[in-house]
Amino acid sequence: MATEILMPALSPTMEEGTLAKWLVKEGDTVSSGDILAEIETDKATMEFEAVDEGTIGKILVPEGSEGVKVNTAIAVLVEEGESADDIATPAPAAEPATAAAPVDAQVDRAPAAPVAVVVPKETEIPEGTEMKATTVRVALRDAMAEEMRRSENVFLMGEEVAEYQGAYKISEGLLDEFGSKRVIDTPITEHGFAGIGVGAAFGGLNPIVEFMTFNFAMQAIDQILNSAAKTLYMSGGQMGAPIVFRGPNGAAARVGAQHSQDYAAWYAQIPGLKVVMPYSAADAKGLLKTAIRDPNPVIFLENEILYGQSFDVPQMDDYTVPFGKAKIWREGSDVTIVSFGIGMKYALEAADELAKEGIAAEVIDLRTLRPMDMPAVIESVKKTNRCVTVEEGFPVCSIGSYISSRIMMEAFDYLDAPVINCTGKDVPMPYAANLEKLALTTTKEVMDAVKAVTYR
Amino acid sequence: MAAKKSSKKPNVSKEELLQYYKDMLLIRRFEEKAGQLYGMGLIGGFCHLYIGQEAVVVGLEAAAKEGDKRITSYRDHGHMLACGMDPKGVMAELTGREGGYSKGKGGSMHMFSKEKHFYGGHGIVAAQVPLGAGLAFSDKYRGNDNVTFTYFGDGAANQGQVYETYNMAELWDLPVIFVIENNQYAMGTSVQRSTKSPSLWERGAAYGIEGEEVDGMDVLAVKAAGEKAVAHCRAGKGPYILEIKTYRYRGHSMSDPAKYRTREEVQKMRDERDCIEQVRDLLLTGKHATEDDLKAVDKEIKAIVNDAAEFSKESPEPALEELYTDIYMEAEA
Repeated sequence: MATEILMPALSPTMEEGTLAKWLVKEGDTVSSGDILAEIETDKATMEFEAVDEGTIGKILVPEGSEGVKVNTAIAVLVEEGESADDIATPAPAAEPATAAAPVDAQVDRAPAAPVAVVVPKETEIPEGTEMKATTVRVALRDAMAEEMRRSENVFLMGEEVAEYQGAYKISEGLLDEFGSKRVIDTPITEHGFAGIGVGAAFGGLNPIVEFMTFNFAMQAIDQILNSAAKTLYMSGGQMGAPIVFRGPNGAAARVGAQHSQDYAAWYAQIPGLKVVMPYSAADAKGLLKTAIRDPNPVIFLENEILYGQSFDVPQMDDYTVPFGKAKIWREGSDVTIVSFGIGMKYALEAADELAKEGIAAEVIDLRTLRPMDMPAVIESVKKTNRCVTVEEGFPVCSIGSYISSRIMMEAFDYLDAPVINCTGKDVPMPYAANLEKLALTTTKEVMDAVKAVTYR
Repeated sequence: MAAKKSSKKPNVSKEELLQYYKDMLLIRRFEEKAGQLYGMGLIGGFCHLYIGQEAVVVGLEAAAKEGDKRITSYRDHGHMLACGMDPKGVMAELTGREGGYSKGKGGSMHMFSKEKHFYGGHGIVAAQVPLGAGLAFSDKYRGNDNVTFTYFGDGAANQGQVYETYNMAELWDLPVIFVIENNQYAMGTSVQRSTKSPSLWERGAAYGIEGEEVDGMDVLAVKAAGEKAVAHCRAGKGPYILEIKTYRYRGHSMSDPAKYRTREEVQKMRDERDCIEQVRDLLLTGKHATEDDLKAVDKEIKAIVNDAAEFSKESPEPALEELYTDIYMEAEA
């Protein structure tokens, strides 16, 4: 049976090209891999090889022809026993490939909307549960220890997590309890051990990878984004990476530009990641336990300044906090202050001071940035008609700017004032004490913002 | 076409030899068909063909056992076929259809099979190297004797994360075989133009990792080296490096005119060193098969590839709802 040889597409964007030169003539026998012609694309001249074997029965497009559309028949290949004379007229050009694709009626349908986040219930704290003042540091350690007791597949790796007991003492005591098989010191090699962690997660384990700080995770960003976050999608749901990347994020104190960045907005942008940034010790514990059990990659952003702060933690066997559920720390009717992580410190301090001046602020702790509990924010704004966001990150494309746009889209008619974003300043972190203070957001700035939106 | 006779005595049975011939031929015919479908616009984007390198994966798969894992770069079609993935599912992924291994959401560079322990299909050069060591870590953690074949090219061999991984793999005795598929060109840059190292496998010595160079056009040599590497890993001796000297006949991707080498260089390789011709020669001169037997094999392979191509055209495009699925796995209640 005669086979048409079609003008090939030789690049992702090629639609037509020049048939520069035939390297075979009518009557030549060819086998697969033989070069038939040279074809010029907009980028280069390419050799075009035969796929099938046979004899060149007829050349339909002469060399030197320009603007030959992809999938036009350029020659006819005949098999043994056939003759070029058998081909009376050139066969019509093949239909473009797109026509062959079964697009059916789908083109008329709008893509499905993203599935709404189903917010799970928070562990109920029974009446009479003992509350114990606990530092964020100990809460994080307890969360890891409990989950490591719960499942053999959970292990911790990172720089100084074992023998040194953690650069910030978050893993204190874990080596003693779980041994060196499950609490693993790595060399200083973030790109490498982040990749090994993701590979171990592909292999079915549940790694907790500690970055000494999230500044160093930039060395590993490719493994976090391209390997951990995207594999479930790229594999059509076959395999993902149940892994937690955790460590301190944001400014500490006087450590300069390279050690003082808040990466919340960076990670929150990536589909496939979950992003957590707790404020209190109870949330740190409950959210980290949830993160370790989650079958997806979780970015768990801690804060060095908060490590030593104490909060009440319920003394329960298995206290978990769900993702995607904001916590209302304080109810109020005059303004909604939305924050997360250490920003909550400024938000709560400002709310206390504002109360003395007769302004009742509602303070919302997002706790998780992806998924983000926007319904809680919108509901509150509908009540207060005003909103101030607070975070330590840079102002451009910040979490606050995203929240502002969502409020504009979903509660525009409820707003009595523009939303104000309190953020870190648009500068690398300076070292000098006075400049560093100026670069961070402050309680005073939050109070001023609230007064501005409430026209006081 | 005169193939250079292999100097090696076959260390395999007639059946095994015939199987390698079939496996390599399947990859070659599959890739030729993929190139054709690309030309027709049925396959889009990037498409990196494996033609010329078939002996590497077929030889190493001959040394693997159930439960062993494999991971590679974007030039991945051959690896998938060699580990037993269905040509239909692979081809339908290339055409971006529902019947593809990733439901059309991965494409040529991103396919996976949990069932066959194939962990991709990775598009960032060398990113699969620490991932492969991580897979090996999971086997060591569980205490089984499985190994992970971690494939990467001569180009990837200059990435820093390879050496970060070498260091930890040896430090922790991970059962990983680093397979450097040295096809001599990182896209258009030859090995000689990218490093002064006389060999790539010897770099492992700096980390205490053993290794060797292998003739990648000789499937039996690859198999023998693979068996040695596998035995090393299974015995708990840590990683092993195989630098397999191979050659790709086609461009880096479909849109590469390959002007960085001469047509004669490619033709010489095809004429004198072709991996499939070498086995064909062994089969015929050893009287393990007749010309007719091999013709029947050719026909059988052609039918498999044509079926895969047909399937890849007939399988529908993914439903539009698929845009928003597989981003997150449901957490257990």
